[in-house]
Amino acid sequence: MNITANEILNAKGLACPMPIVRTKKAITNLEPGQVIEVQATDKGSTADIKAWADSTGHQYLGTVIDGEVLKHYLRKASEEETKEDTKHEAIMDLRILRNKIDAGESLAIVDVREPAEFAFGHIPGAKNIPLGELEERLSEIDQNEELHIICRTGSRSDLAAQKLKANGYKNVKNIVPGMSNWEGPTNKNN
Amino acid sequence: MAKTISTKTLAKKVINHEKTLILDVRNTDEFDNWKIEGGKVEVINEPYFNLLDDVEPVSSRLEKDKEIIVVCAKGGSSEMVADLLEEAGFINAYSLEGGMKAWSEHLEPVKIGDLTDGGSLYQFVRLGKGCLSYFIESNGEAAIIDTARMTDVYENFAEKQGIQIKHLIDTHLHADHISGGLSLASKVDGKYHLPPKDATEVTFDYTPLEEGNDIIVGNTAVKVHPVYSPGHTIGSTSFIIDDTYLLTGDILFVKSIGRPDLAGLAEDWVGDLRNTLYNRYKELSDDLVVLPAHYSFAEELGEGGKVSARLGDLYSKNSGLQVEDEGVFRKMVTENLPPQPNAYQDIRQTNLGQITPEHEEQKEMEIGPNRCAVEG
Repeated sequence: MNITANEILNAKGLACPMPIVRTKKAITNLEPGQVIEVQATDKGSTADIKAWADSTGHQYLGTVIDGEVLKHYLRKASEEETKEDTKHEAIMDLRILRNKIDAGESLAIVDVREPAEFAFGHIPGAKNIPLGELEERLSEIDQNEELHIICRTGSRSDLAAQKLKANGYKNVKNIVPGMSNWEGPTNKNN
Repeated sequence: MAKTISTKTLAKKVINHEKTLILDVRNTDEFDNWKIEGGKVEVINEPYFNLLDDVEPVSSRLEKDKEIIVVCAKGGSSEMVADLLEEAGFINAYSLEGGMKAWSEHLEPVKIGDLTDGGSLYQFVRLGKGCLSYFIESNGEAAIIDTARMTDVYENFAEKQGIQIKHLIDTHLHADHISGGLSLASKVDGKYHLPPKDATEVTFDYTPLEEGNDIIVGNTAVKVHPVYSPGHTIGSTSFIIDDTYLLTGDILFVKSIGRPDLAGLAEDWVGDLRNTLYNRYKELSDDLVVLPAHYSFAEELGEGGKVSARLGDLYSKNSGLQVEDEGVFRKMVTENLPPQPNAYQDIRQTNLGQITPEHEEQKEMEIGPNRCAVEG
């Protein structure tokens, strides 16, 4: 799996508690929303990184095993994600999206999460355009299609939907809440 | 540097029922799965990563001058937390050396009693996993039943008393821990005994355990009398020692009974399990002292660390022996079973000699509780 991270932390050879102590320090230097790759060899680090992320609100994306090295991916929590007042009016409940997919409908889904999040699990057929790259990549999105915009919780996709609307896209649905509640089929990047 | 406490010192506290406060700083999933229990142990959990900036999340639950034993997976995080506690004024904070990994390996010998013709019987209590093994010595010779992987403990114990280990016996093919029987047998040039029905797939030579073929320890003839008692596994064998002690393996525990599913044949073995518990054992004397291969509940750890009970008492108290209806019994031992022990399939294969994991890997495989029992 090829995943890009904003920062790589080398915690190889370090025993517990050092991988977490270093991660905690390193993540303070990241911008909200950025992804850190923590390379560790301590087997216990997977469960601990997960539990630590839960307790701090950072998002644990997943772990890739590369020989002896465990590469843990974490995304720094951002405040805007916790805001609940979505502004884009056209929304679609995740369950409705699920029903459409289960019924075999072919849908245009744009997943605006970071590539690292996308890599660890996305709806089959979804296109990944991170929120930050949306404006440069509008040419990749068809004006005439009904667009389903999704992220993890519905807040980044809300911003994306607003941007699309402002750029003349007429039929844009923000999927709420988002991948955090998705129980349907997923693909992973290989 | 944080003060430390050894697993040996902690084990003494547990078996002597001393009041002991443990702060377990592993993550909560690991804590919920497996923790230090027994005696008068009180244990609280707060993951170390919540204490990095400030010990405030636990400080209100601790007293400044009281002993606090900090425990983690391997001893690194507990040392850091013990340091942090000390800085915060908790002057009696100790870190458990080697953490739960070392705790899982500690064996504590507890004397069960003297034997009629000289010699004695010891129970080796593996507090971290709830595994029990038995050391029978008489006139300079010893037999060990259900030997744990840490064979040096028995070797040292024997050496100190000038005893030669002659027989290594397993009551059944274990699925929760790696047997030390084979390796110790080859080291001391002793015999490794296994129930033949559990050993059909082994890759090594062994001496089959059979009813009627008593094993003699020492020349005063301490009889190790095998009783075929299938149910947990098809070969499970119990032993009567000195006409006093009944070693039940994983068939009958103090508060519970064995589960029949760990070799994948729950349905087939229920009938055997029921027959052993409700018929075969019933024919034996009520006064036999039951010595099982495991315990699962802290309260089973009795005075001085002994885990035992009178057979007759178990027929009135053990919930697994009170089920009149065969259908209800079948349901109890095949449905809603606890999760299986960690790596149990790899452990079985290791005990069959089919795979030979490295030493560190063997330790990892044994992490966690034994989970061999079903509670009625």
